[in-house]
Amino acid sequence: MSSQPYVRPFSKTTWYMRKGRYKVYMLREVTCLLVGFYAFLTIAGLAALAKGPNAWISFLVSQQNTAMIAFHAIALLYFLFFQTFAWFKLAPKAMPIQVGGKNLSGQYVVIGHYIAWAVLSAFIFWLAGVI
Amino acid sequence: MAIAKKAVVWGLFAAGGTLSSFIFPALIALFLLVALGFTPDGLQYEHIYAFAASWLGKAALFIVLFLSLWHAAHRLRVVFHDFGVRKDGLIATAVYLVATAGTVMTAFYLYSIN
Repeated sequence: MSSQPYVRPFSKTTWYMRKGRYKVYMLREVTCLLVGFYAFLTIAGLAALAKGPNAWISFLVSQQNTAMIAFHAIALLYFLFFQTFAWFKLAPKAMPIQVGGKNLSGQYVVIGHYIAWAVLSAFIFWLAGVI
Repeated sequence: MAIAKKAVVWGLFAAGGTLSSFIFPALIALFLLVALGFTPDGLQYEHIYAFAASWLGKAALFIVLFLSLWHAAHRLRVVFHDFGVRKDGLIATAVYLVATAGTVMTAFYLYSIN
């Protein structure tokens, strides 16, 4: 009789390829690379801003190339689907809101997030002088 | 103690995830506009400098960058584990160090803008 417990074999590096929702989980988790990238890109902008007008213009010009256009366009779509929309979808589970002793339908929490997001984005675009 | 620490780490992660979800699409869109050569008026030197020099602008930039960096660091730590890297102590030290470095840089540059 063996006293060894049965250990189901699984790959530590490719386990998420077995199921669709594991793959979606991984696609969602790697958005942290984009968050980190844009945080540091903004910090690079702040460094240029602190240095002076010429450094700021150089920073803006250094961003103007086809590779960055393609990167930002793909990053924007990826971020919307796997970070923003995914986060909003999970929001009612992470913070259920009670009204009069009853849980508010998750639908309202999600819609609330979308409305707040639209207002905040419009405010940022207004602040930046886009609209 | 362990639970209290976890709550802080997770709280920062959740706050950063929420803030980045709300703000980063607009931020990426602004970078896209700049890359396309349409630098909006608010990103001209005088305007963006005045924004970063104001207390409200400083506070907004610091909070968004600090929390986003912590969110990214914490998630990246888990991603390393998910991809089969089993050196959590080393990974945790590295990612939180980079996030701290970014936070210190943010504070320093914002301090220099006035």
